[in-house]
Amino acid sequence: MTTLTMTTLDPRSRAARRGMSDLAIRNLFIIPTIVFLIVFNIFPLLYSLGYSFTDFRASTNAPWNFVGLENYRTLLNDPFIWNNFAITAKYVIVSVTGQVLVGFGVAMLLNREIPFKGLITTLLLLPMMLSMAVVGLFWKLLYDPSFGIINYALGLGRFEWLSNPDVALYAVALTDIWMWSPFVMLLSLAGLSAVPKHLYEAAAIDRAGPLYTFFRITLPLVAPILMIAIIFRTMEAFKTFDLAYILTSQPTTEVISIRLYKMAFQEWQTGMSCALAYIMLVMVIAITNIYVKYLNKVKER
Amino acid sequence: MAAVQTTGERTLNKLAIVSVLIVTMIFLAPIYWIVSTSFKPRNLATTVPPTIVFTPEVSPFVKLMLKRSQLREQPTPEEYAAAPWWERLVFDGGEKVVRDGKGEVQLSGYPSRFLNSLIVAIISTVLAVSMGTFTAYGFSRFKVKGEDDWLFFILSTRMLPPVVVAIPMFLMYRTFGLNDTHIGLIILYTAFNLSFSVWLMKGFIDEIPKEYEEAALVDGYTRMEAFFKIVLPEAATGIAATAVFCFITAWNEYVFALIMTRRDAQTAPPFIPSQVGSGLPDWTVIAAGTFLFLLPVAIFTFLLRRHLLRGMSFGAIRK
Repeated sequence: MTTLTMTTLDPRSRAARRGMSDLAIRNLFIIPTIVFLIVFNIFPLLYSLGYSFTDFRASTNAPWNFVGLENYRTLLNDPFIWNNFAITAKYVIVSVTGQVLVGFGVAMLLNREIPFKGLITTLLLLPMMLSMAVVGLFWKLLYDPSFGIINYALGLGRFEWLSNPDVALYAVALTDIWMWSPFVMLLSLAGLSAVPKHLYEAAAIDRAGPLYTFFRITLPLVAPILMIAIIFRTMEAFKTFDLAYILTSQPTTEVISIRLYKMAFQEWQTGMSCALAYIMLVMVIAITNIYVKYLNKVKER
Repeated sequence: MAAVQTTGERTLNKLAIVSVLIVTMIFLAPIYWIVSTSFKPRNLATTVPPTIVFTPEVSPFVKLMLKRSQLREQPTPEEYAAAPWWERLVFDGGEKVVRDGKGEVQLSGYPSRFLNSLIVAIISTVLAVSMGTFTAYGFSRFKVKGEDDWLFFILSTRMLPPVVVAIPMFLMYRTFGLNDTHIGLIILYTAFNLSFSVWLMKGFIDEIPKEYEEAALVDGYTRMEAFFKIVLPEAATGIAATAVFCFITAWNEYVFALIMTRRDAQTAPPFIPSQVGSGLPDWTVIAAGTFLFLLPVAIFTFLLRRHLLRGMSFGAIRK
């Protein structure tokens, strides 16, 4: 970092000779942040990488042994872990698809002249700003089979949302859709408002039908931003913990983050959980890479 | 939108407006239910069918703040008459206010958790935004070799799953005695928000024309003076928006708080769900706690509305 070239300060300025050099200022401004992130993010990860090769248990003082790749081998051969990944994948697909359909749909509805449009948009965005854990908790009351408002409003009688193992995951995903459709809507609205009006006018002159206009003009132009929303939500849904942990304790809703939490902080299999954390980490980094690629693509436009 | 609308289009438009209103009502219904439950008497919170019309009362908020215990014997009429209004509300609910040996009223766990949330969120926001602003300026104005790689590295720290980071941090904190301390949580939230703050601030600073500082430099300002006197005032809106985003993230954070705090430094998000625990929870009190906790975020959302898009996309999409 110290051997880098600098934008040279205008030599005419007297300031170039007074005060700190640009190089010093740049380093002073940037290096503390980098160091902070390395110390509190990268260093802990290296620390846990080390533990992932041991049978260390943080609950005992017993000495730990180096076990090599044994933890990784055990995890990757464990059908229960694969089941956790399968649950997570199902959750990601259901909740992200729901968010895209609802979010993009509402954005299409909103993309016209509507009285109080600003106020309505802000109100619709409210759920995503709220705490998942705290609001998620309240959905327990909404889902309650006997006095919950959802069964009452939908006339479902005593339908079990959270205590039925087959339904619980969908109930969690439904709450997630409620919270995060606004995010997809927000990004879709930005994409929709960026579609040049003259394209629609040209289509209207050509007597193009609404379906043709949607698939040939709207969708392709909104696609890059929509893609960002999808990748970002996929990443977040993959990491999900709060909602599923608070709403239910069904084995069918044990997404991978919850399994990891239990392994690390309830079963105290520290070494094993570090290995699982690394397996998860590799997956997240892969999704992040795709995300950043798309971000840069959209930025260039 | 074409200037001239056919009758069909006009009907379609009306239909869309009606649908938007219905969708808005559905989206706001859970929030409305929280607010309305927080003003209900306890016996109306869990009725079949749900109670929609009722006389609002403040007893859930009183109960939220006070430590209470089951009433063994009814208070005498004199006791009841002598009690202040809030104590009478607790009596009415079949409970009594807990006092210590000196007769001082004991508070529930909620006020201290709320205060912890405030302390941790505010301090970590100040740290993340100030460091982030400096770093963003560094990346925006100076040449840094491998700039994109560094920025990607910074962003990637934000994408780490909290549970993954929490395992080694928990072990390190245990070694240094930082578990269940404000400072431990502040460090985690600062690290978590720092990357976001760098990315967002870089966008805001990139928009400030370089010529402003260059003119100041020609006028004899040092680079530092130019930064503090020219750039920072220009970036004020951006700094405020970034700060609000960081505050909300720290305020809402659950996983780290659940793992790293037990009591002394516990924030509201892990505390509120722990109240549901066993038996029949008093949903009016939980709703009151939830309502107070959500209120600051709701207000901030309205103040932030013009910057939401930018903040949620890490500064990539600007209007």
